[in-house]
Amino acid sequence: MSEAMERPKNVLIVGVGGQGVIMVSKVLAQLSLNHGHDVKQSEVHGMAKRGGGVFSHVRFGPEVWSPTIAEGEADVVVALEWAEGLRWINYLNPETGTFIADCQRIVPPFACRNRFRGGEAAYAPETPEEIMEQVHAGYVLDATGMAERLGNLRAANTVLLGALSTALDFPEDDWLEVIGHFVPPNTIDINIAGFREGREWALAGNKRVAENAAGLHQSHVVIHQDRVTTTVEITEEWCKGCDICVKLCPERCLRLNDRLVAELALPDLCTGCRMCEWLCPDFAIAITNTPVREAAE
Amino acid sequence: MNQQATVAVEKGEARPKSRPLTGNEAIARGAWEAGVKVAAAYPGTPSTEIMETLGRYPAADLHAQWSTNEKTALDVAIGASFSGVRALASMKHVGLNVAADALMSFSYIGVNGGLVIAVCDDPGIHSSQNEQDSRIFAGFARVPVLEPADGQEALEYTRIAFDMSEEFDTPVMVRATTRLSHTRSTVTPGERIEVAPRPFTESPAKNVMIPAHARLRHPEVLKREDMLKEALSKSPLNRIDPGEGRVGVITAGMAYGYVRETLRNVPVLKLAASYPLAEDLVRDFAEGLDRIIVVEELEPVIENALLVMGLPAEGKAFFPRMGEFSPEVIRDGFARAGLIEARSGDRPYNVAPMPRPPVLCAGCPHTSCFMALRALDARVAGDIGCYTLSVVEPLKSMDTCVSMGSSIANAVGMAKAGTHTKPIIATIGDSTFLHSGIPPLIDAVYNNADITVFLLDNHITAMTGGQDHPATGKTLRGEDTARVDFEKLIRALGVEFVEVTDSYDMASMYRTLREAVDHKGVSVVISNRPCVLDPVKIKGPPMVVDQSKCVACQSCMNLGCPALTWSSEYFEGRHKVAIDPQACIGCTLCAQVCSSDSIVPAKA
Repeated sequence: MSEAMERPKNVLIVGVGGQGVIMVSKVLAQLSLNHGHDVKQSEVHGMAKRGGGVFSHVRFGPEVWSPTIAEGEADVVVALEWAEGLRWINYLNPETGTFIADCQRIVPPFACRNRFRGGEAAYAPETPEEIMEQVHAGYVLDATGMAERLGNLRAANTVLLGALSTALDFPEDDWLEVIGHFVPPNTIDINIAGFREGREWALAGNKRVAENAAGLHQSHVVIHQDRVTTTVEITEEWCKGCDICVKLCPERCLRLNDRLVAELALPDLCTGCRMCEWLCPDFAIAITNTPVREAAE
Repeated sequence: MNQQATVAVEKGEARPKSRPLTGNEAIARGAWEAGVKVAAAYPGTPSTEIMETLGRYPAADLHAQWSTNEKTALDVAIGASFSGVRALASMKHVGLNVAADALMSFSYIGVNGGLVIAVCDDPGIHSSQNEQDSRIFAGFARVPVLEPADGQEALEYTRIAFDMSEEFDTPVMVRATTRLSHTRSTVTPGERIEVAPRPFTESPAKNVMIPAHARLRHPEVLKREDMLKEALSKSPLNRIDPGEGRVGVITAGMAYGYVRETLRNVPVLKLAASYPLAEDLVRDFAEGLDRIIVVEELEPVIENALLVMGLPAEGKAFFPRMGEFSPEVIRDGFARAGLIEARSGDRPYNVAPMPRPPVLCAGCPHTSCFMALRALDARVAGDIGCYTLSVVEPLKSMDTCVSMGSSIANAVGMAKAGTHTKPIIATIGDSTFLHSGIPPLIDAVYNNADITVFLLDNHITAMTGGQDHPATGKTLRGEDTARVDFEKLIRALGVEFVEVTDSYDMASMYRTLREAVDHKGVSVVISNRPCVLDPVKIKGPPMVVDQSKCVACQSCMNLGCPALTWSSEYFEGRHKVAIDPQACIGCTLCAQVCSSDSIVPAKA
């Protein structure tokens, strides 16, 4: 047997907890087994379930040893969420790999931490076009939108399986048979339709990017907001130490001092949102946001 | 060694009934095939699915149960062994610490019915508090430890472990790792054998460990070690892959797959057991080799044993003692050892990864608890469960977390230290409280510690994926059973201040906690709402943010709720907030903290 024939196929499936990464990889593992391959499919549960990133390595071939794929050796990366695909893109074989991604964004609250005026979400700034330029083959499709139009958001996974089917050698009917075993019986028709749409979409051309993947550009469109400097003035004589501002400050930057008077304890965190000013029953807090004059170039 | 129940399946043969099984499913299958009659476990990632799988085999074949903790589980299995049937206890690596007391004594006693302990280690710390190597525990307890490398071996080793246990009068450990437990690989299952129960042996000298008896049992344990070394040297479970050259590799467990993936044509000895070491076999293998490279995940257990034997073993000089193995780690190790070329470190794609840490679910009842704790500015002794996620922003309100059940006694110590000006609060989940939180609560009452215990009751063992426990009123197999009443239990322990609060009512939760903190002595607050995922997935009508009212204050974002994200609109230069209707379950916490009343239920 030649080295090339011995080498297992490596498919890495990634997404966010709850999206169905495991279901997608189980379909592929069962399909490979039905075709007489040795199969290993590796995932990690536990903390990952709670909205964190989820991944599943699927390897099949005449003989599979390692349960995981080494960096740079995945034949296909399937991403159920855009930024997760980018997280794992270095696992893709740079010469021969295919990158398949749903263009939907799931921006976690953790990425929305810059609350200063003009702050933007820390979400993947790369555009689909930039990524498509770099990969050997790939598709960025609106699998979620396609599934929604078919009547069931959850069928996004089978749309992606349809796209994946174009990168592997199994016959279409065999895919559909296995999918039938893994989806709820009353959703089989929608899932078959989703699979076909995904497959046809990918067959229509390499490096295709869904038109509405433009939504991904939002993440690095910087809407210009004037920067401000904030001053917080607290009139000590008026403050009665009711604690309202301290408890309700979104940035938790106020505290009551030893004399039970409110003070700005962590000025670096203050975003100038004026919540304390509005809530103070004694009008003891005044916020001033002064636009910063940009230095002349 | 008794191999009657083993059908060796060579790789590459036709496998008509093969199917993909996870390592955990295969361990369960192996135990079932071996005729196991009693099985017990406390859930713990990555071991949980072993008992879940056993609970799906016919009740007529075996009794499978969740126990309150790992020691209880092992003691239940030990009782079944005393009574002459085959028994299994399964647990995660740190669970073995809890069960250790029973294990150490039972090693002296030995078995009547075969007893197997399936232990799942977590190299890389995917979901644990450490990455201890259970093989060291096996050596410590003088019990053999088998290390399967894939699903098929997980099945066969578990099945054979029962035979080995009975033949050598010893409990036997089967060690898995996260990667084995959660990897599906091709497995050909066999049939179940029914093993006739042995009669109970009335032998106090063997079964009752008083000093006079234990002194006589210890030499038996050491004799057993020698017998096992000899038997393991001849065991067909070991595998030798022939190769060329004067460098050989000795490995065990999951590391074997990575070795085979990386090296061709190097002689490899794959040991079935890391302890006791099959010394004769190893000596034969080492004959004519100049170098022996040991590849084992975590600690140098085999390497040290080889060095004691005087063999030229190397291992941890090239391969890390911490973290999880991968093809990359093994390649780098063999490159350092000079066997292969180093791989290029080039990363063709330059992409900055976005952090996506695990978070509490949308509508998680723990959310309000930790919002209230942060507002209280308390010193919080935490415990193990989903709620440990509150250690990071934005909930950021947990100060310590040690091990299962530690929180309450840690809080007692903090109070008795007398150095704190903040109120001292212990947080503990319902399942963890039942696991090991009750004795420390008694301790707190007994010693009149001025602490507040916050019992986060979400009616399930959530962290491990939703397992029943003694306060859910359901058994592993879903049958109705007695239900622990927390309030009654805690009052019976002598706690005078016990209040139950609704996790979806921020104001009353905060007020109740303040009252509890003001109470001198032990106070207990029980937050009461079911987990949103288990036993049933909760989905109510979603909330929506009225964009015309939102002032972008970000108060709701402090919940860390994954259903909340930024909308494309701004108020005074800051993003307004939007709610993902698919993810939102309608718990209303965000509306309760909203400063501009802009969050309302979505219109149907």
